[in-house]
Parts: sequence; C-alpha cells; structure tokens
Amino acid sequence: MNVAQRAARVDLLLELADDELILGWRNSEWTGVAPSLEEDVAFSSIAQNEIGHARALYELAAADLGTTADELALDRQPDEYRSAPLVELRQLEWARTIARHYLYESADAVRIEALQAADDPELAGLAAKIEREEIYHRMHAEMWIDRLLASAEGSRRLREAVEELWPYALGVLGEELRPVWEERVRARLGFGGPSATEPVQRGRPSDELRELWEEMTMVRRSAPGARW
Amino acid sequence: MSPDDFLEYVQSGGQVEAGDSMPDEYRARLVKFIEMHANSELMGVLPEREWILRAPTLQRKLALTAKVQDEVGHAQLIYRVVEDLGKPREACLEDLVSGKSKFHNVFHYPTRTWGDVGVIAWLVDAAAIISQKALLKCSYAPYARIMKKVCWEESFHILHGRDVILALMLGTDGQRELVQEALDRWWGPLMQFHGNPISAEDDPMFVWRIKSQGNEEARQQFLDGYVPQILELGLTVPDPKLRKRDDGVWEYTEPDWDELRHVVTGHGPRSQERLELRRVSREETEWVRRAVLAEAA
Amino acid sequence: MIFEVFRQERKGQAFAHAGSFDAPDERFAETYAREFYGRRAESVALWIVPREYLREIDDFADELGRNYHRVDGYSLKEKLKLARSAAQVSRGEPAPPTRSGEG
Repeated sequence: MNVAQRAARVDLLLELADDELILGWRNSEWTGVAPSLEEDVAFSSIAQNEIGHARALYELAAADLGTTADELALDRQPDEYRSAPLVELRQLEWARTIARHYLYESADAVRIEALQAADDPELAGLAAKIEREEIYHRMHAEMWIDRLLASAEGSRRLREAVEELWPYALGVLGEELRPVWEERVRARLGFGGPSATEPVQRGRPSDELRELWEEMTMVRRSAPGARW
Repeated sequence: MSPDDFLEYVQSGGQVEAGDSMPDEYRARLVKFIEMHANSELMGVLPEREWILRAPTLQRKLALTAKVQDEVGHAQLIYRVVEDLGKPREACLEDLVSGKSKFHNVFHYPTRTWGDVGVIAWLVDAAAIISQKALLKCSYAPYARIMKKVCWEESFHILHGRDVILALMLGTDGQRELVQEALDRWWGPLMQFHGNPISAEDDPMFVWRIKSQGNEEARQQFLDGYVPQILELGLTVPDPKLRKRDDGVWEYTEPDWDELRHVVTGHGPRSQERLELRRVSREETEWVRRAVLAEAA
Repeated sequence: MIFEVFRQERKGQAFAHAGSFDAPDERFAETYAREFYGRRAESVALWIVPREYLREIDDFADELGRNYHRVDGYSLKEKLKLARSAAQVSRGEPAPPTRSGEG
C-alpha cells in the first residue's frame, strides 16, 4: 500500500469505527430505561457489541497511526469525528430508535458485505467477524419492525420516524452502495422516505455530537493522560 | 399443613415450590421481601446509568454497560418470582413509582464522581452479595434457584469495581482523592445497608427461613471481608471507633438508623428524582407495551 | 406470554430448567432467551417453551407396595449366600466356615 492508500484506509476505518462508537454510545442511553426489562437486556447487548466493533476497528487504525483505540475514540476533538449524522441524533423515543436501528443496520450490512470482498485481508477478516454479530442485530431490528408494522399505532409511529430519519439514513453510505440499500429497505418496509431527498452527509459534526462528546469525554478530560 | 407444621417444615430445611400451599403470612412476606429486592435491582441501575455515558475508556464503558445490564436482568428474574407468587410485574412497577413499595437505602444517594462508580461496584455490590448469598438456602425454592444465577453473574461486578479503584489508587493524587472522598460519603449508607441489629430469632425473615442469617451477622461478614481490603490500599475508613476486638467481633459507631428510615421511605437525597425518572420513562414507553408488546398486537 | 427456558450447559448433559421471561411471540422469545441464558457462553443449547404448553404432574400413587419394578424391591444377599453354600455342598466341598462379623 502506498501513502495515499494507507491514508484512505485509515479514513475508512475511522468512519466505520466512529459510526459504531457513537451509535453504541447512543443505544446505551436506553440501558436501564427500555420499554421492557427483557428488551432492556437485549438492547444493551447490541450497544456493547457496537462499542466492541468500534474498538476492533480503532485498533486497526491505531496500528497505522501509532496510537491506541482509546485515544482515537475519546481524545479527538468533536470536529475530528467522521460519524454519520444518523448515529449522532439523540433518540430517546422508541419508534425512532427502532427506525434508526433498522436503517443503520441495513446500511451497515451492505457496507460489511463490500468490505468482506475487499482486497485487504485484515479488514476483510475483521468484517467477517463483525458480520457474525451483526446478523443478530438485524434479526432484532427486523423482528421489531415487523411487530411495529403489525399494530396501527406502531405502524404510524414507525412511518413517521422513517420519514424523518430518511435524509440522515441516506448519508450513511456512499453513492455507489446507496441504491442497493435503498432497494432492500423499500422492499422490506413496503415504504421509504421521499426519493428525491438530499442526504445529510457525514463530516460536519452536529450539535448533538458536540453535546455527547462533552459528556463522553468529561471524566477523561478531568485528568489528561491519566490511566483509568 | 397447619401454619405450625409449615413453620417446622421450613425451619428443618424444607423447601416450598410455587404451586404448593403456604400460609398467607408466608406468601405476603415473600412478596414484600422479593419485590423490594427486585425494586432495588431496578433502582440500582440509575446511579450507575448516569456514568455509562461518561466512562473514561472503552473497556470501562463495556464493563459498566454490562454490569447495569445484569442488574436489569436480575430485576427481570426477581420480578418473575414475585409474579408467580401472585403480583404482576406491572403492579409492582406501579407501586414502585407511586412510592408504595421500597428499595434499598444505597440507591437513594447521588453518584457524584467516577470514584463513586468504583466504590459502588466494589463495596455496595460486596454488601449486596453478602445478603444475596444468604438467600441461596431460602425456603422458597424458586427464589433460591435464581439467586444462584444472580450471584454467579455478579461475581464480575466486584472485580470490575476493584479494578476501577486500583487504577485510581495507582493514578494521580486527584484520582486517589476521588476514591477517598467517595468512600467517606458511602460509608454511612454501607453500614446501614444490612439493617438494624435485630436478633435473627426475632427477624420474621429468618424465622420463615426466607433468609439464612441475621442482619448483624451480615454486617460483620462485610467488615471482616472488606475493611482489610480498604486499609491495604492506603484508604481511611471514616469511623474512629472501628476496630476488631480480640474475639473477632467488629466494633463501630452506631449507624444512623433514623437516616436509614428516612431514606428508605422516599426522603433520600435522590429518591424523588430517581422515581420521577422511572415515572417519566414508563410513561414514554407505555405505548410500546400496550400496542406492540401485548400478545394480541 | 411467559416462556420457560431449559438450558444445556455442555454437550451431552441433560437440559435443566433455567428460568422464565415474558415475550410477545416466538421470535422475541428466541432473542431474549439468547440474551438471558447465553450471553456469557454459559449454555450450548436452549429449549424454550410457552408455559401454557407445560403440564406438571406431581401425584404418584403407590399404595400397595409395587416395589417389584424398583431395585429396593429385591434383597438378594441372604439368598445368594445360601445358594452358594448349597452349590459347594453339592460339589462335595466343605461348606465355608462363617467368619464372625460377616454377613
């Protein structure tokens, strides 16, 4: 790999890792207050898996950058994060949480499939490992989608949420992968967002990310360089 | 079985299953005791939950989320036991948020710093495990069985707590101060945790063999196990009277029993705020349980 | 719906009752069972059964001593001793002396 390829690989890794980290952090906001105790335990595992994936991805990037996963995850400034705005949103409402969960997991599946086929054995190997856990995330997202769609109220709330989140969801994948994702989602839901929507692109940290960053780094910033 | 025969049966080690006939008083005491235990697991989530978003490393973030997840899981297991004794979970949760039922004193206090996160996982969990181990031989078998799972799952919590504490004690002066300051605040509630020193024979929970040891026995076990661990790290226990007598019994300043009563009846520094959070989150997710999770959805 | 869970800890072992939980349907039940009884790799397999499908039987009448299909219905020791010594006598061997304390 030449210098430019290495830099592109690190960018890609950070993009993936930041998505998983921020979504994991957001999903963990449900730990302790989910709609049922059973669901609480299940959703908490998903949050943990996402943080675990982020850690593994940061480790790959860290090896190239001569740093550590923790430093990449927690010592950067908010405008250095490359996460998609979809995962940055604070969504303490269950229909929106499930809509985001489904929209993200389905986009992530398309991305992971592409990575598994990539000409980078390290990254392809990690993608395969991640995929083995993501299967359960998708099963979880889909069972909730079907359950919401089966009731009038659930269905109404889900449609509203998908509509609202659609431009954000479009921003998760690049242009080449987006059409596959959109087709799958529309087939599964039987609806989607308006087709001529402009995606909310990554790379411009939202106010919500800044707020989350303040909180997620506050202990660490209180004693810079210390071990915890 | 007459109530007297039943009492003799449980006192000689007999165990009771959900479908067995049992005296009304026994059932009522079981429900109240086990419900409070489940409430405590559920409310015990809140002091630590605030810090899930602030955990300073990825490993700590994962461990703390997993610990809180376990507590929710334990609440689920324990409410199931109450449910099979006749009180539905929704009724328990209603009684909890309306202040009709209680939860353990330690979950009424604020979690001010990352030092608290360590002290809670290490010492509050240690105190709780001592109480829970005394339930492994509970005369009500379904409760005793799930306690096995609960104790097994909790074994990592104390290690996580000790690890957090050790990292802080090996860190900067400021980090060490976090631990000492947290310990100073938590010591009082910890000493009250096992309850007033009523003798086992006068404790109905022991008489019915719902638990297998008295309050003071539990507190002595806690002091025996954990005071040496606290001192060896260079921390100070904020009780000038604390000492182990030659006969092995710990002496200590009388815990503030008025504070304990006051706190568990909903007047602790965070009681109302935490109950309010439960009320609000229950309201916000009510439609999910009603429209989506109900079987006939 | 309440589901009961049975858990196998290692291959070859019997499934043992592990606990129960509430789930709206079987898909949710599978997910929740995996979380509650598998997230620490403590099980190699789970059986989940809606509680309503379980039947408990806990009455077993045996008023007239039907011990012939149990091992405690058979005491062979004395009879075996007698049969062995009868066989020795019939082969012309001296009957074995009975040591004290034996029997």
